[in-house]
Amino acid sequence: MPEIKVTPLGAGQDVGRSCILVSIGGKNIMLDCGMHMGYNDDRRFPDFSYITQNGRLTEFLDCVIISHFHLDHCGALPYMSEMVGYDGPIYMTHPTKAICPILLEDFRKITVDKKGETNFFTSQMIKDCMKKVIPLNLHQTVQVDDELEIKAYYAGHVLGAAMVHIKVGSESVVYTGDYNMTPDRHLGAAWIDKCRPDILISESTYATTIRDSKRCRERDFLKKVHESIERGGKVLIPVFALGRAQELCILLETFWERMNLKAPIYFSTGLTEKANHYYKLFITWTNQKIRKTFVQRNMFEFKHIKAFDRSYADNPGPMVVFATPGMLHAGQSLQIFKKWAGNEKNMVIMPGYCVQGTIGHKILNGQRKLEMEGRATVRKLSFTFTLTFFLLCNLDVKLQVEYMSFSAHADAKGIMQLIRMAEPRNMLLVHGEAVKMEFLKGKIEQEFSINCYMPANGETTTVTTNPSVPVDISLNLLKREMALGGPLPDPKKPRTMHGTLIMKENSLKLVSSEQALKELGLNEHQLRFTCRVQLQDPHSDPDTLHRIYTHLKSVLKGYTIQHLPDGTVMVESIVIKVSSSAEDPNTKVLLLSWSYQVTFLRC
Amino acid sequence: SAALHVDLCKATNSTDALQYLLQFARKPVEAESVEGVVRILLEHYYKETDTSVRLKIASLLGLLSKTQGFRPDCIVDDIINTLCNEKSHQVLAQLLDTLLVVGTELPDSPAVRQRLVQVSCKHLSDTYFGVRNKCLQLLGCVGTWKDTLGLLRDVQSIISDYFGDQDPRVRTAALKAMACRLLSDDYEQVRSAAVQMVWVLSQLYPESIVPIPSSNEEIRLVDDAFGKISHMVSDGSWMVRVQAAKTLGSMLQVSPHFLEQTLDKKLMSDLRRKRTAHERAKELFASGEFSSGRKWADDAPKEKLDTNTVNLIASGACGAFVHGLEDEMFEVRIAAVEALCQLARSSPTFAEKCLDFLVDMFNDEIEEVRLQSIHVLRQISTHITLREDQLDTVLAVLEDSSRDIREALHELLCYTNVSTKECIQLALLELLKNLNKYPTDRNSVWKCLKFLGSRHPTLVLPLVPELLSTHPYFDTPEPDMDDPAYIAVLVLVFNAAKSCPTMPALFSDHTFRHYAYLRDSLSHLVPPLRLPGRKQVLGLDPVDSGSASGSVESAQLFLQQSLNRISTIQNLEAPGAQDLLNFTIRDVQRLGHLQTQLSGAADFCATYLRCQLLLMKALQEKLWNMAVPLCLKQNVTATAAARQILEETYKLEFLYGGLENRQIATIHHVRLQAKALQLILSARTRQGLDPLISSCEKFLQEIEAFQRSFLTELPHLHDSFVDKLLELKPRISACSSVELVKILQTTLRQSGLLQLRLPEQIHRATATIIEPTGESDNPLRFTSGLVVALDIDATLEHVQDPQNTVKVQVLYPDGQSHVIHPKPGDFRKPGADRHRLITQVYLSHTAWTEPSQIEVRLLLSYSSASSSLSSSKHLGWSDSSDGLQSPEAVVEGTIPFSKPVKVFIMPKPARR
Repeated sequence: MPEIKVTPLGAGQDVGRSCILVSIGGKNIMLDCGMHMGYNDDRRFPDFSYITQNGRLTEFLDCVIISHFHLDHCGALPYMSEMVGYDGPIYMTHPTKAICPILLEDFRKITVDKKGETNFFTSQMIKDCMKKVIPLNLHQTVQVDDELEIKAYYAGHVLGAAMVHIKVGSESVVYTGDYNMTPDRHLGAAWIDKCRPDILISESTYATTIRDSKRCRERDFLKKVHESIERGGKVLIPVFALGRAQELCILLETFWERMNLKAPIYFSTGLTEKANHYYKLFITWTNQKIRKTFVQRNMFEFKHIKAFDRSYADNPGPMVVFATPGMLHAGQSLQIFKKWAGNEKNMVIMPGYCVQGTIGHKILNGQRKLEMEGRATVRKLSFTFTLTFFLLCNLDVKLQVEYMSFSAHADAKGIMQLIRMAEPRNMLLVHGEAVKMEFLKGKIEQEFSINCYMPANGETTTVTTNPSVPVDISLNLLKREMALGGPLPDPKKPRTMHGTLIMKENSLKLVSSEQALKELGLNEHQLRFTCRVQLQDPHSDPDTLHRIYTHLKSVLKGYTIQHLPDGTVMVESIVIKVSSSAEDPNTKVLLLSWSYQVTFLRC
Repeated sequence: SAALHVDLCKATNSTDALQYLLQFARKPVEAESVEGVVRILLEHYYKETDTSVRLKIASLLGLLSKTQGFRPDCIVDDIINTLCNEKSHQVLAQLLDTLLVVGTELPDSPAVRQRLVQVSCKHLSDTYFGVRNKCLQLLGCVGTWKDTLGLLRDVQSIISDYFGDQDPRVRTAALKAMACRLLSDDYEQVRSAAVQMVWVLSQLYPESIVPIPSSNEEIRLVDDAFGKISHMVSDGSWMVRVQAAKTLGSMLQVSPHFLEQTLDKKLMSDLRRKRTAHERAKELFASGEFSSGRKWADDAPKEKLDTNTVNLIASGACGAFVHGLEDEMFEVRIAAVEALCQLARSSPTFAEKCLDFLVDMFNDEIEEVRLQSIHVLRQISTHITLREDQLDTVLAVLEDSSRDIREALHELLCYTNVSTKECIQLALLELLKNLNKYPTDRNSVWKCLKFLGSRHPTLVLPLVPELLSTHPYFDTPEPDMDDPAYIAVLVLVFNAAKSCPTMPALFSDHTFRHYAYLRDSLSHLVPPLRLPGRKQVLGLDPVDSGSASGSVESAQLFLQQSLNRISTIQNLEAPGAQDLLNFTIRDVQRLGHLQTQLSGAADFCATYLRCQLLLMKALQEKLWNMAVPLCLKQNVTATAAARQILEETYKLEFLYGGLENRQIATIHHVRLQAKALQLILSARTRQGLDPLISSCEKFLQEIEAFQRSFLTELPHLHDSFVDKLLELKPRISACSSVELVKILQTTLRQSGLLQLRLPEQIHRATATIIEPTGESDNPLRFTSGLVVALDIDATLEHVQDPQNTVKVQVLYPDGQSHVIHPKPGDFRKPGADRHRLITQVYLSHTAWTEPSQIEVRLLLSYSSASSSLSSSKHLGWSDSSDGLQSPEAVVEGTIPFSKPVKVFIMPKPARR
């Protein structure tokens, strides 16, 4: 039986460094090639030695598909293609191809320039890697080679996020990447047609969560910002450069427009500006509202949101500032936070999760006094040592702290909804915690009665498939079969027929045996079975034969039995001959001979 | 099982056996022994002659095959065998039901499925409806599974054969089996049609009971259908989602239990039950703490959920609307909002529940959706009382920059019930803020406060001292009477005071003065109050008088009497007749002022009588006896009168709504008279025959057209001008034009006045320009050669088809006039027979030396073609073809129907 094998190298019962190998119909495909945020050693990249111990990966992989530009889905790509070695095609959507190198470059800068790591990929490697990328369009079927075809569907997680449908012959796999079933302010909801894949590989970040309505959260957010602005306070929103930042920008922009507010909104410069540019370009990937109105006005051309300058933080009056990074652990957002923390009119809104140890986490947990570690001066005294003064200062947090969760993963209901849309024969969960997966697995098996798998990293899941194999049949053969009579062909009933199956160059053909012989240039061989039966009979040979003839004639009625002049008896196509043995004339030897077809039909 | 065997053997008669079986049914059976029990039961079944026992055994078989761990494929053959030998229809149906259970238990065995389909096909020809019913159910259930090879098509055609069954119950089952299966079809059109089909079924047989497969419960068909359609709200295709959401709205018979599920989406976080934000808001409100969400983890999950009870895809209607309202496509969201509205209107408890969701929709990204949800909330507001936190969210929308949204919200507030005085204060505060930010909302805000005050007098009462800033000891400064905010507060207070007699005691002196002023200037907003020390002016207040309804009747009577009096006019001498007409016109006009309900009719009468008066005057001129050159001057006045009559008739025809054919005929008759007058006059003054001949021909054609159009009305026009003309018709058509004029002259002078009969209701189309107000002294300055946009806001009443008929006219001081046709989108329809025009007109002119006023007014355009067309509808087909060729010239024109408003503008010369 043909099989599909799925092996996660990363993201198996885990979140981070998504990398899944799929073998389907003799093709090997790598889905995503991400890095793990939690590690700084070799574990941050998937273990490519699983594929091959030494040498390049090109001959082992038919293609690599990247679902979206988040680093845990594409962070290891330059490492794999340039340092390990892979020259085959890499597929990603247009927006991903545009934004991915920016993030990779940023990631490289932080690791190499800031942390000082060596043995990391270089800018040139990123560029070389991106040269191997072949862009995909939504719903466009791309033939990777003669048999392997892939098709991208909208996933709604971030700009350009896609789900891929991989098909070889009649076997198929769908990989969702990260997806979102509830639309937000700038992206639509994931959608797939009823493609009935053999396996649906789905993320399961929120396997055990059913979320509240989005509108509620949005309303809360806007209300908080609005109230604070009306009081004359300043609002700080620490964000990461891509994704949620754009959603919140649109949310605030439209609110400002609607409510006719005048207070300025600032956006920290750098990466975000660049990213906004791409959001403006890829309008087709956004939601209904933006797509419909961009002719009059592109929603990403913000009217009220301007670039931030460091000096603006001290300006009087209300304002809203989006600043990076999102967890208040360093950079601009922290600087602004320090400036504004003392005034109770101000507010900080944390739109996402904060890792333990960051200031974001501390203030969210209600800490009102922070010990700040301010590196006040770094003075180079000589070549041998530098002196750093650490200034410990207490910071009273008087401003209001708000938490607001905006996340773009499908919740348990969303995952179930996708399964209902695609109707897969098997289900495979990745990108989630094992315990939560366990729960969802049970639910899926119960509700849809399909098998559900959740392999760990390096574990292979094998699914046997039952593909239908199309065979060409020659018209002559069919006509002959018709001529043979019998019941008229009934499409609902299977029927046996004779023919020769020729497998030639990946094509199957059913032809008559004569034609097959002719085509293959073979001689026809006759296969006859013979059998000797000894019997004691005192008569002469022809007499014995005649006696057999009359006997058969009386026994086998309804068969044509002939006594041929050359001393043989024919029963249909079976030949019977009689000869006496040399030693004893009374012992007669009966020689029966029949062809191969007769046996076959009797069976 | 052994015990059962013994029992059954012991049983001598069928009642005993039945008893044993019933007892047995209550005991649990282990999976291993099920097969044995089944064998024993079957054995007994073959022997048993009583149908009720066999029935029980059959049902027991079904129950047993549901036992966990037991694979019922071994008993399929047995059951099918018994099925073949069974004679009783009831038992047959029960056996098929058992097979249905077996079928659902064995979804993965195609062989069994095939057999089941065969069996059910065989029994479809049974005479008993129950058997056919079960067969179809079985087919629907078994055929649903995929990859049944060619079977599928088969099943479909089999089921569809039974759409024509003679028994309605069978038809229902067939449709149901089919529709439910098609709901999961691959193609969206099919699914959409299936949704509709299920809906139709649920409307036809809402109360029939259907079983839920794989369990013993039974529910009403409408509930089942509701659940199924709710499921489709999360379909893959948005067309289907829209359809499903719309359909849900019309399923009003659904039971409340199911209805409430649609708003329920059990939240969980890491397998712990979480409360929704709505629930939290409610609790916070209940506990007295107002602002929410100060803590990070305040939505931390509370109770631990049992993993088995969590149903991720709920079988029922769970959360359908939650999904629908969050949909990506605004079409779906609008459909969901509309559906919510319809359902909420029929169920107050549901209205209460969906309130939070509707309020959330006020924040949608598409204005249409926001507007729709506000309208919906208004429609269901009779059922609900807003909590303070909800009101807060609602009021936040008052700052929206879209005028439509704000006005919709004002309207909503008019109908809202609130619970506390804080709410009133909050609403007032926000409305004043709104007034401050958008001064153009003045009228709407005042109106809103009027209703708010009259709805909640007791809540306003404790606020009065604060609102009017009165102080027990000190005199506070008198507020500015022109301040719109102060007027707003007064409107609220006065309207509350109307049903709260203790309130005026709290007013200070200037409040009374302001009351008197506002009562005069804004009488539609300020109600009459019984104030101490003030004389109630009775009689002049038509609204106030208790016998309002009676006076309408008497006024109507009066109107009719005055009209009847006119009929005596024939007997009067010329001056007397004119006087009578004059007085009647005056009376009728005054009546219209007093009785607003009759103003349309009164106006109509007055105008008609004025026409008659003019005609009479024109005909009584002495000019008819004089030689032509001697009476040029009189001629001119007569010509003017004729023209005026023509104009008035067009007004009569197009400005008033609710006219019947009879009145139109009368109006046309007057017009014909005026035209005859014109013809005579032109014949007298103009020299030369050629123009006269052509205008005579025209007149004759008009008479014919009149005859054609009002054939049915001709009997009523007895002894009138037309009647006489038609009598003379053979002569007229033969004679020369000069003769014709003579005939006309005599008939016109001899013919009497035509009695006017009033129809039920006549409404006069009116328009009021709210904006610009015409009060501003600051000229609108702009550079000459460029344009300036002038905002126009007007209300139109009783205008049919305003999109095509209403135009804006701008008159410049130099006599130039522009007519602007507003876009159809600029018209809104806030109520029946009311329209609102909010548009912009562009003004431009060459440079002026000083600012000057332009006039803006609204015109009602008409075209006689449309009226003749509509009247030709009353004719038969043979005539109408004739009517189309009618040479009657199409007269197009406009009637000004609003008071002109003056706007100060100043085009400056362009700077070089």
